[in-house]
Formats: sequence, structure tokens, C-alpha cells
Amino acid sequence: MGKSSATKDAEALVNSLRSAYTATPTNLKIIDVYVLFAIFTAVIQVYMAIVGSFPFNSFLSGVLSCIGTAVLAVCLRIQVNKENKEFKDLPPERAYADFVLCNLVLHLVIMNFLG
Amino acid sequence: MAASSPSSDTVVVTPSSLRQAFGNVFSLFILILIGVLAFSIRLFSVIKYESVIHEFDPYFNYRVTQFLTKNGIYDFWNWFDDRTWYPLGRVIGGTVYPGLTLTAGTLWWILNSLNIPLSVETVCVFTAPTFSAFAAWATYLLTKEVKGAGAGLTAAALLALVPSYISRSVAGSYDNEAVAIFALIFTFYLYIKTLNTGSLFYATLNALSYFYMVCSWGGYTFIINLIPMHALLCIVTGRYSPRLYIAYAPLVILGTLLAALVPVVGFNAVMTSEHFASFLVFLILNVVGLVYYIKGMLTPKMFKVAVTLVVSAGLIVCCALVAVLIALVASSPTKGWSGRSLSLLDPTYASKYIPIIASVSEHQPPTWPSYFMDINVLAFLVPAGIIACFLPLTDASSFVILYLVTSVYFSGVMVRLMLVLAPAACIMSGIALSSAFGVFTRSIKFASIGKEVDARDTGNGVTQNDVVKPDRNEEPPKEKASRKKKKEKENVAKAPIATKKNERRLLMLPMETSVVAILLLILLGAFYVVHCVWAAAEAYSAPSIVLTSHSHDGLHVFDDFREAYAWLSHNTDVDDKVASWWDYGYQTTAMANRTVIVDNNTWNNTHIATVGTAMSSPEKAAWEIFNSLDVKYVLVVFGGLVGYPSDDINKFLWMVRIGGGVFPHIKEPDYLRDGQYRIDNMATPTMLNCLMYKLSYYRFVETDGKGFDRVRRTEIGKKHFKLTHFEEVFTTHHWMVRIYKLKPPKNRMRGKTKKSKSKPTSKRSATRKKNPWQ
Repeated sequence: MGKSSATKDAEALVNSLRSAYTATPTNLKIIDVYVLFAIFTAVIQVYMAIVGSFPFNSFLSGVLSCIGTAVLAVCLRIQVNKENKEFKDLPPERAYADFVLCNLVLHLVIMNFLG
Repeated sequence: MAASSPSSDTVVVTPSSLRQAFGNVFSLFILILIGVLAFSIRLFSVIKYESVIHEFDPYFNYRVTQFLTKNGIYDFWNWFDDRTWYPLGRVIGGTVYPGLTLTAGTLWWILNSLNIPLSVETVCVFTAPTFSAFAAWATYLLTKEVKGAGAGLTAAALLALVPSYISRSVAGSYDNEAVAIFALIFTFYLYIKTLNTGSLFYATLNALSYFYMVCSWGGYTFIINLIPMHALLCIVTGRYSPRLYIAYAPLVILGTLLAALVPVVGFNAVMTSEHFASFLVFLILNVVGLVYYIKGMLTPKMFKVAVTLVVSAGLIVCCALVAVLIALVASSPTKGWSGRSLSLLDPTYASKYIPIIASVSEHQPPTWPSYFMDINVLAFLVPAGIIACFLPLTDASSFVILYLVTSVYFSGVMVRLMLVLAPAACIMSGIALSSAFGVFTRSIKFASIGKEVDARDTGNGVTQNDVVKPDRNEEPPKEKASRKKKKEKENVAKAPIATKKNERRLLMLPMETSVVAILLLILLGAFYVVHCVWAAAEAYSAPSIVLTSHSHDGLHVFDDFREAYAWLSHNTDVDDKVASWWDYGYQTTAMANRTVIVDNNTWNNTHIATVGTAMSSPEKAAWEIFNSLDVKYVLVVFGGLVGYPSDDINKFLWMVRIGGGVFPHIKEPDYLRDGQYRIDNMATPTMLNCLMYKLSYYRFVETDGKGFDRVRRTEIGKKHFKLTHFEEVFTTHHWMVRIYKLKPPKNRMRGKTKKSKSKPTSKRSATRKKNPWQ
């Protein structure tokens, strides 16, 4: 009895999530795909690290670069999202320019640290 | 200040915009004055003594900067120093915080390429005052983000003068904190700016500024723990916003990467407990962000279902992860923290386990008078500032409150960390003073206009006046006060009636009270300034390398240290090794240019304990130890003739303790008579025979016939003795530094020893036949 209601609730939850998510505009979905790809790459690297993590600085820079791009993409998504009232007077071009700048700095550091 | 008539194609000049423009220009002018003030108050030691580098640690930084300017950055980055910690050497590239030396080196290089030929020493001496001016400007920016421009100017003026910061940044004090405090305040400013605006650009700048801080000082762990604490506080008090995510998450990732770039930190950036807080809060922040995002997408009922599902599954995963983390951390004996951080968290740790950290005088807890000496009036303005921060409580003001509370705790553990408290105290006091001035001047303005009913808040009008007035009232000198009061009254009379934007009843006091209160506040500021100038001139401007004393026949200058180092550099070979207590290591390598055994870096406790044991042993044993280290000269500092209290005999018990910590045959009670440390005729024989006693008091009785030690205030115990294994080569003018040379071992054995060795002659001839070189 409890189990079936739990599964029913889970199905209803998944359905409502899916319906709400399809309502988001396309550019935000692109950013979400990018974020998921970056996290997926980070997970692969962690698996490779468990197998053998020498040299350590390369592993560190690889993982942190994936997580870093994911975080920056999330920040971009926050700033571009039209539902966010705090950012409504921030032009999306400015948000994108900031995103590019931050990524430049991140990748410069990573290139240096990669060894 | 009436509005000028606008022409058709220019911008309409309204009274408020004109006032704002005037306010901006005035603020700029005041900021320049504050910078000049901060720079010039630190110049007392240059005026009173000379442009020389002070103390001990700055000499090492100066030597490193000299190397950098002479050999370039690649050699500096890979430098292995073999003239210190003989025979171990020291990897300078990997153990020094490069921020300060790179900053001074860059300044020197820029000035020289502009054909301004300043020497490296001048640049080093004046780096600290320059960066203190920058720090005052950074404080203005930070406080402006928290409370407004008026509070910012007040805080900047307070920071320019605060004695605690002056003590570590006088001209000549070329140490890490000179640059690091500027980096600290600037990083905090950028964090608050990102938090207020939500712009990724400032987040990038914040990470870069944090990188500069990591390069400069070991105290960067304070930033990387305070900012996560504040983020957690915001989440817990329900103030999560997307701006918090933008402010925090890129900082952690970029900051960790940048911190790992600095060789001193290296992989410690991800492996030590000092950084774990930032990672934990990063995870929590991501989870919270996700939760808010999903909450925004679902209906409340669906959200409850999601929560129950996720919580039950996620809790198990969380517990597993936390268990793994705890196991990892608990497996290391210090729980992953470094020794210095542990001694901050547990104040009794250092005295139990690491006597070297406990012996540094800067690491002792401060006394109450030192609070009043170092931050003076601010000590009781700070609580008023805390209250002002709560009305209203924003993210920025909660950050400043957290910063203040943590720095108060740490300053209570170590005197040296009063320096971290100083900016927080200045910010809080600036906010308090500015709010107080706001209330009083508003009362005067509305009372003089005579309309109590109109005492309602406006959006722009009142704040404009408040911005301009506190600036003027904070200009220190007393004689200008009366003139300013008149100017302010005129301004009040001419000020237009404030437009009613927001209707809010504000606090108002009777006019006479306000006038008296403003006068008293100005008087308070005047006392603060007088104290700061006195502290800077008298207490904190002494370069410990040159001492002065006033007596009835004028000023005596004791330049014995430099005399001794100059003698060493002129009268010994370049490769000779000099042994002394670790206090003088940096100065010896920088000024005398000789190899030393131990120096102020104190990274190898056993090596220091070896030197300490040698100083505590009788002559022959000490000679054996020093000979095994290839030492040629021993340097001892002795203050008994002139009354210099920081000499080696006063530090001797620390040598015994540190030596005894590693070599158990040195026991501290052997050197004490009834638990008292004495050097007179009641001292123990171990004390009277140890090397330090002999080297300090050799021939001391010839000075006044009785051997009266002016520091210990007794006559010495053993007066007439000869040295068998050392010979005196140099004693400075006031007997403050004494240099001895190790006597070479005897060529042949004479007398008794020869007879006792004549017995196993048959054995001798047998062994001699086996000699492969014959």
C-alpha cells in the first residue's frame, strides 16, 4: 500500500518535472546540456584517477577545469534566465562577455598547471 | 549652490546632481589626502634613524629581492640556497611566499625602465607605506559597498592611522604583511561587490585578487575559511540568492587552482584541512541551488514528494561520504591541520608540542593594554558599529560582522594577529561614526529649519547632505574645527527642503545635544590622531638593528650589530660557516654574506636543537658538535655591559628547552637553582660551565673589575676563566656582539694521553701494517 503510493508519487513527480522543464527556453536548455557534459567528463576523470592518479597535478587540473566550466556555465544560465528578477537589467551580451573572460582566465591557469 | 540655468542642448543640472558632483570631487580630494597621510605617518623611522631595513625577517626578504633583481625570475623560481641551514640548504623557490618580493621587484624594474634609478633597498624600504595607502583606499571601497561613501571615508581615515597596522608596515618593515593586508581588504571588497551586483566580471577579479593574497601571506587560510563561513551563514539564515552562487562558486574553483599554482602551497590546496571547509560549503551551495531551482519549477505538493524521496535516498549517500571523509581526516595525527593553524585553534597546542612556535614573542596572547595601544578609540566604537550593521542587515553587513567576530577571537590567541583585527575594527568604527554623525547633523538641519513635521526620510536629499558632512567633520586637526562648524551651519541653512520620496519617521534629537555630541565626537577623533602619531613616532619606529638611548650627555647610538656583520664580511673567508642562535640567521646571511647553520625560518627543529645543545654543553662537547657541522665562527649576543635585554643569556632557557626536546641528556632543571634561573655565584655548575655562559662572560670582569651584569643586575658567578677550545676574535664597541673562532684540533697528543695509548702498541703495529696507503 505504502509502496504503490510512493511509486505513484514518484511517477507524478517525474511527469511534473518533465512538463515544467520542457517549458524552459531553448538557449537555457543548451547551457544545461553543456553543464551536464562537463560534469560527465569530470566523473570520467575521477574514475581514471581511482585507477591511477599520477601525475597528480594533471588530474587535479583536469577535474577542476571540468567542474569550473560547469560552474561558470551555471552562472551564465543564472544571469541569462529571464525569470530571474535580479538580473533583468543585465544585457545578455554582457553576461556572455563576462562568461568568456572568466573562462579565459580559468583555462590560462589550467594550461599552466597541467604540466 | 543653486541650480544653474540649463541651455537647450546640455544636460540639465539639477541641485542634487550638482551636489553629487561636488561630493564626488570632494571625496576624491579627501582620498588623496588620506593616502598621503598613510604614507607619511610611516616615515618616522626614516627621519629619526635612516632608510634601513628593520628587524630580522625583512632582511631575508631583502636578500631574496636582491637575488631576484640580479638574476631574473626563472633563477629565482628555481633557487636552491646553500648558504643557510648548512649542510641541508633550503629550497627558496618552494618555501617562500613570493608575493612581496615579486611586487617589490616589479616596482624596481618599472622605475628603472622609466630611468628613475632607485636602489633595491630604497624600493624595499618604501614598499610598505605605499601599500598601506592602497589599503586605506581599499577600505574605503569595501565600506562604501557595505554602508555608503561617508562610512567609507571615515573607515579609510581610521585605517590610515591605526597603530596596529602601522607597527607592521613602517618604512623599513619589509615583511609579508605590508602587502598582504592590502590584498586581504581588496579581496573582501571584490567579494562583497560581486555579492551586491552579481557580476561574473567581479568574480573573476575576486579570484585573481585571492591569488595575489595566496602569493603574499600564509594568512590566506583566513580568507578561504571566512568566505565559506559567510556563505553558509547566508544559506542558513535564508538569504540564498543567485548572486551568492555567482560570488562563491567561481571563487572556490578558480581560487583552489590558483592557490595550487603557488609552489609553497602546491597540493596543500586540496589536501589539508584548512581548505576542506570551502569544498564542503561548495557542495552544500550546489545542492541548495538545485533545490531552489527545482522548487521554482514544481507545485508545492510535488515539491514535498520530491523532498521525501530525495532525502531518504540522498541521506544514505551523504552519510557514506561523510564517513569516508572523517576516516581520511582522522587517520592523520594532526587531523590534517598544519602546526601553525592548530596552535590558533587550540591555544595550548604549541606550548605542549612545538616549543619553537611557543617561544616566538609575537605568538603570545595579547594583554588588555595592548588592545588599547593598538586600536585605541576603536575598541569601544566597534560594538556601536555592530549595532549599526544590524539596521538594516544585508549580506554585506553580515559579512563584516562575521569578519570582526572571527578576527577578535584570533587576535586574542596571538598578538601578531591584532593586525587582522585592525581593518575590521576600522570598518566597524567608520560605520558607527558615520551613522552617529548622520543622526546628529540631521537633527541640527531639521531643527534649524524649524519644521519638526517634515523630519521624514527622503530617498536622495538627506543622504546627500550626510555624505558631504561627515567627510568634512573627519578632517583631524582641532584648530580647523571651529571654521568647519561655521561652514556646515551655512550649508544647512542653504540646503533645499528634502523632497518626500519615502515617508519614514527618523530619529531626531534636540539641537543643543546634537551640537555638543558632534563637538565631542570631533574631540574623540583628535585624541585618536594624537595617540596614533605618538605610537608611530615613539613605539613602532625602532629598527631593531640600531638602538639608541638618551643619557645626560646626549644621544648614544648602538650600531653594534652592523659592526659585527661588517667585521665578519671583511675578515673571514667567503665559505666560512657561522653558528649563532636562529634569531640572527637572516641578518647574518643578508649583511655579512656568510653561511649560517640555522636561521629564522625554523623549519628544521632537530637542527635548531643541535645548535641549542651545543650552546648548553661544556666547551669540549660543544666544540665536537660544532666541528661536526664544519663551523668556524660562533656568534653570541650579549647585553650585560649596556643593559640590552634581548640578548642570548635571556633566551638561553629556550635553547635548553628546544635542545632538551631532541637530546634527552640536556635537562632544564640542571640549569636552574631552586627553579630560578641565575647566573651569579649561586648558579648551578652546569650553568657556569656551559658554552653560552663562557662565551658571554669571557673577560667580562675586565670591564669594571667586578663583573656586574646590567641586565640580570647581579655580579656574575664565575669571573676568571680561560677558554680552551675557542678563541675570541672580535667584540663590538659596546660588547653587544661577540665572535669566537673554533680552535683547530691539537696536532699531537701529549703527556698522560700518550702513556695510556702506549699499552696496545702491538695492536697498533698490526693495524698500521694494514694501512692501504703505505
